[in-house]
Amino acid sequence: MKILVPVKRVLDYNIKARVKADGSGVELAGLKMSLNPFDEIALEAAIRLKEAGQATEVAALSCGDAMVQEGLRTALALGADRALWVSSTEELQPLSVAKLLHAVVLREIPGLVICGKQAIDDDANQTGQMLAALLNWGQATNAAEIQVGEGRVDVVRETDGGTETLRLILPAVITTDLRLNEPRYATLPNIMKARKKPIEILTPEELGVMVEPRLKTLRVQEPPQRPAGVKVDSVATLLARLKNEAKVI
Amino acid sequence: MENRILLVAELGPDGHLKSSIRSLLTAAKSLKGDIDVLVWGGDTTSAVVEAQHLPGIRQVLNGSGPALADGLAEMLCALVRPLARQYTHILTAATAIGKNWMPRLAALEDVAMVSDIVGVESPDTFIRPIYAGSIWATVCCPELLKLMTVRTTAFPGLEGEGMDPVTVENLPCPAALLQSTRIAVHAHAQEGRPSLENARVVVSGGRGLGSAQHYEALLGPLADELNAALGASRAAVDLGYASNDVQVGQTGKVVAPDLYIAIGISGAIQHLAGMQTSRVIVAINKDPDAPIFAVADYGLVGDLNILVPELTAALRK
Ligand SMILES: Cc1cc2nc3c(=O)[nH]c(=O)nc-3n(C[C@H](O)[C@H](O)[C@H](O)COP(=O)(O)OP(=O)(O)OC[C@H]3O[C@@H](n4cnc5c(N)ncnc54)[C@H](O)[C@@H]3O)c2cc1C
Ligand SMILES: Nc1ncnc2c1ncn2[C@@H]1O[C@H](COP(=O)(O)O)[C@@H](O)[C@H]1O
Repeated sequence: MKILVPVKRVLDYNIKARVKADGSGVELAGLKMSLNPFDEIALEAAIRLKEAGQATEVAALSCGDAMVQEGLRTALALGADRALWVSSTEELQPLSVAKLLHAVVLREIPGLVICGKQAIDDDANQTGQMLAALLNWGQATNAAEIQVGEGRVDVVRETDGGTETLRLILPAVITTDLRLNEPRYATLPNIMKARKKPIEILTPEELGVMVEPRLKTLRVQEPPQRPAGVKVDSVATLLARLKNEAKVI
Repeated sequence: MENRILLVAELGPDGHLKSSIRSLLTAAKSLKGDIDVLVWGGDTTSAVVEAQHLPGIRQVLNGSGPALADGLAEMLCALVRPLARQYTHILTAATAIGKNWMPRLAALEDVAMVSDIVGVESPDTFIRPIYAGSIWATVCCPELLKLMTVRTTAFPGLEGEGMDPVTVENLPCPAALLQSTRIAVHAHAQEGRPSLENARVVVSGGRGLGSAQHYEALLGPLADELNAALGASRAAVDLGYASNDVQVGQTGKVVAPDLYIAIGISGAIQHLAGMQTSRVIVAINKDPDAPIFAVADYGLVGDLNILVPELTAALRK
């Protein structure tokens, strides 16, 4: 079974996003970019399934401009067998990405697609579900545990009330949650080797997919800030202020 | 043009309508149009009656049957899709369930969807947080069918009752699919405490608690004193101090109680994303420079092992 892992390159989670000085968008120039943390978890899950003999190949795929190749290099260094780049300079919204992934799935015929549950830049949490819909495959989002069996996969998923286990008929789409695994680090020799590996290039045109953005971002701005608070010197003062000033207890 | 709005409700484990429907009603009011409420589940008997009395709605749609009991995305799409194009807007709460099925419906209908809205500027323009809430984007959605998940903490619940119960239309329950089945549920017991989503007070713990034992022994009594729900940072959940469903933050739950007490939590942006619109925030942390103090109305610097029992004892008096 082949596993396809869609990966997105995003502003590193340690860096606070800011609005560009002219208010036209989010400032990314010169800032550290990394693989979306959920996608690292997805890659790790796929690589572990391969190591356990339950998958034969792990292919990482990223859609975007030339910079996304950096993310694909990281994926190769972590253990992906192949890297696919869908090259586009358009703003790619989740529905477009899902359509691109759909077209690639029809070519590659993976048994499983493992996405991240959300990209930490757009925070959309849509792409995996959209892909499952386009393929008419079953979906299990927010995976905390994956167990592949004969023709099926059992997924423990995080819910608002605890967890639940879904049994999906393969092929299927899974999206990862934080506690599925702890991704490994790429070793230096593997990073060096990954530099020399080929990246297969595709285009939306070749895949027959229209990628114009449907949603239009009119403005971005900083959210309203909380007024500065105070430090209090004792539990007694805290309680007094919560009672008399804030009136919450 | 009059808009036609469908709100997809959720039932609690007790079979009652979740209060999030009232936040959806508030969001829907600014969309200006007729509002229908869809109730779905394995047994919707009491929830349908509750929905019939919601203020300002046109009718209730009822999707009830065994195939809907598990809330699978595939089944919810099969239920909603036949009606979807009768509406200009479909809204549901940005819960684990809503986030699961709505994008699937969007792709089936070939429309872009808007996740997690915190504001409505006009019937086609919405505000939503991106980058863990460090930035708000104002987004125009030109689709004829607008699909949105709603961050319910951003919309105060619409109060009141309708004068007369509205009519109910029963929908055919879709046939079960083989694609996916739920084979087990592991509900996390809340031990008589209010649920995180609805609690007026939340006591939340982080890595600073040091162990699962300390988390419960220090925070439990404080929460009981305040009739609070317990919450946690990601670190506390990863370390097994608390269950995954109480993680507050960018990738957990978003809460906005009257009082949020962050204990042994540093205040990473991903955590702040889930609690910074709480009315009053208290932080207890031994590091005076911890970023949590930047959003706290009241900060207490010191060792939580001393301060938390002191606070609990003072409240008891
Ligand atoms: C993709 C992604 C998603 C994430 N999503 C979330 C999310 O949804 N929610 C979330 O919370 N995090 C999330 N995180 C993690 C986040 O970045 C932080 O790592 C996490 O919030 C830290 O948890 P913490 O504050 O408990 O731990 P720490 O940052 O380690 O802070 C512990 C604090 O406890 C204090 N402390 C220690 N001992 C004591 C004592 N005796 N008395 C008083 N204070 C003490 C310390 O001073 C410190 O400030 C996410 C990260 C990533 C990469
Ligand atoms: N441009 C992209 N290229 C490849 N995969 C992507 C891209 N955008 C999103 N994804 C995948 O979809 C997941 C969810 O993204 P989103 O729906 O944008 O929150 C990510 O974690 C990735 O696995």
